[in-house]
Amino acid sequence: MAIIRDGMPPFDLFRPTSVDDALALAGRFGADAWILAGGFDSLERFKDRLKRPKAVIDLGGIGELRGVRRDGGDLVIGAMTTLAEVSRHPDICERFGLLAEAAAAVASPQIRNQGTLGGNIAQDTRCWYYRGGWTCYRAGGGTCFAGESPQGQNREHAIFGAEGCVAVNPSDTAPALVALEARLVIENHKGGREIAAEDFFVGPDKDITRLNILAPGELLTAIRLPATWSGATFYFEKVSDRPVWDFSLVNIATAMRLRKDRIEQVRLVLGAVAARPWRLSEVEAAIMGCDRNAAAEAAPRLAAKGAAVLPHNGYKAVLAANLAKRALLGNKDA
Amino acid sequence: MHASIVESIRPAGMTRRQFIKSVIATGAVSSSGLLFSGPAGAGPKASPGAVERLITLDVNGQRRRVDVLPQETLAQTLRHKLGLTGLKVGCDRGECGACTVLVDAVPQYACSLLTQSVRGKAILTVEGLARPDGKLHPLQQGVLDEQGFQCGYCAPGFLMATLGFLVTNPHPTRQELAHGVSGNLCRCQDYDKILTGLMRGAEYMRKE
Repeated sequence: MAIIRDGMPPFDLFRPTSVDDALALAGRFGADAWILAGGFDSLERFKDRLKRPKAVIDLGGIGELRGVRRDGGDLVIGAMTTLAEVSRHPDICERFGLLAEAAAAVASPQIRNQGTLGGNIAQDTRCWYYRGGWTCYRAGGGTCFAGESPQGQNREHAIFGAEGCVAVNPSDTAPALVALEARLVIENHKGGREIAAEDFFVGPDKDITRLNILAPGELLTAIRLPATWSGATFYFEKVSDRPVWDFSLVNIATAMRLRKDRIEQVRLVLGAVAARPWRLSEVEAAIMGCDRNAAAEAAPRLAAKGAAVLPHNGYKAVLAANLAKRALLGNKDA
Repeated sequence: MHASIVESIRPAGMTRRQFIKSVIATGAVSSSGLLFSGPAGAGPKASPGAVERLITLDVNGQRRRVDVLPQETLAQTLRHKLGLTGLKVGCDRGECGACTVLVDAVPQYACSLLTQSVRGKAILTVEGLARPDGKLHPLQQGVLDEQGFQCGYCAPGFLMATLGFLVTNPHPTRQELAHGVSGNLCRCQDYDKILTGLMRGAEYMRKE
């Protein structure tokens, strides 16, 4: 059946101007509501008839969800702050440059002008079978076309943590937030809670139909960067087919505390290799207290350990290993 | 509609393009007239944040009344209801940049914005660049002098993206400008000449 793609099917649109109103609406519509942030993950699926929400709640008119404020030593970023604003905010650049760099690496200038930090980390996967409307596990069906079909095109898919579904989380900022031990504020009309960024994302082992824990009626309202990693030694690198507009094939976000060249604290997180940001805990444990040069020698083997590569994505294990080395040396040419 | 039919019924002295624009404008007005009897425009607001259909947009310095559906994109409104066909819809997915307009001086993809979300904001399209007397904007003049584009389909998007970029960086290097317009594709692969034209335009802007 031909699909008419020149417009979206109708929905009721709500543009609340306060978080309270948005939460009330989200509570009222529950699973019938779609929460709209920048729109780049949403509108194309409405246009393609992959999602047909009854009500769309656009958070774009809520001033209190936008901007960066200091809270003691922490920085609190409104979830609707655009990626462009995040990438050039003086406090973020000065103290948490890792996040500024990751935000600047997202897509294109226009997308960063409109796309939001909250939307970037809450976006759905870009697996083209899933986005193409195929009835895979993630869409409620009974197979994974990318991972289980002999003809599956899986060059961009997961090498870690895949169970059934081999889709990856495409976000560039999510690994940075996990590395920075960010806290996410999640609210519904009854109240709010704050969770570790690491616990926000879920793999297919926990829930194969979604990439994060947001439930119907819930909003991600703010991202808190604790002082813990302020001014640390950071490294971010994104590898993609094109330098602009493209999703990561693999990215890495690293935060380190060094005394001379000795690693006192470290967090290494890979992106686009699993359904959630993939922390290299084993590498972290092995290199704690080591000289960074020695750590860079040991890290590659451990970083790729346990990778379950598919027919077309074996290069991701090599990339992961080399990126871990570069991150520890802080050298993009290493 | 077949071209010859348009030719035969259009008023004397009107170009084909002007005639088509006037038909589009009339259609928009008559459909908005229906609103006052329809359910969408009647009754008090049911919920906080519920949107109205008949809204006013600030486009190229003019206030334009227009009937906008909740699911309508800015690209649809500007092209189909306000007759501003300068912006192009290439991919309709935020992947090509041909629909770039300025929203409060910031370049955005009009295909990926709901029109309802730009109420109260200043929209600038390529039609708003030239002066009323027809004198081209210096950026347009620079592109013209360097013959920057081949087919020109991507040109309006490139011009608006550049203008928005120059607001924040009026003295870019060629490399910086290339990064600034990296959200725009040219299928003719004419990037080198486009950049030369845009750099010339930026130079003219600094002189004005």
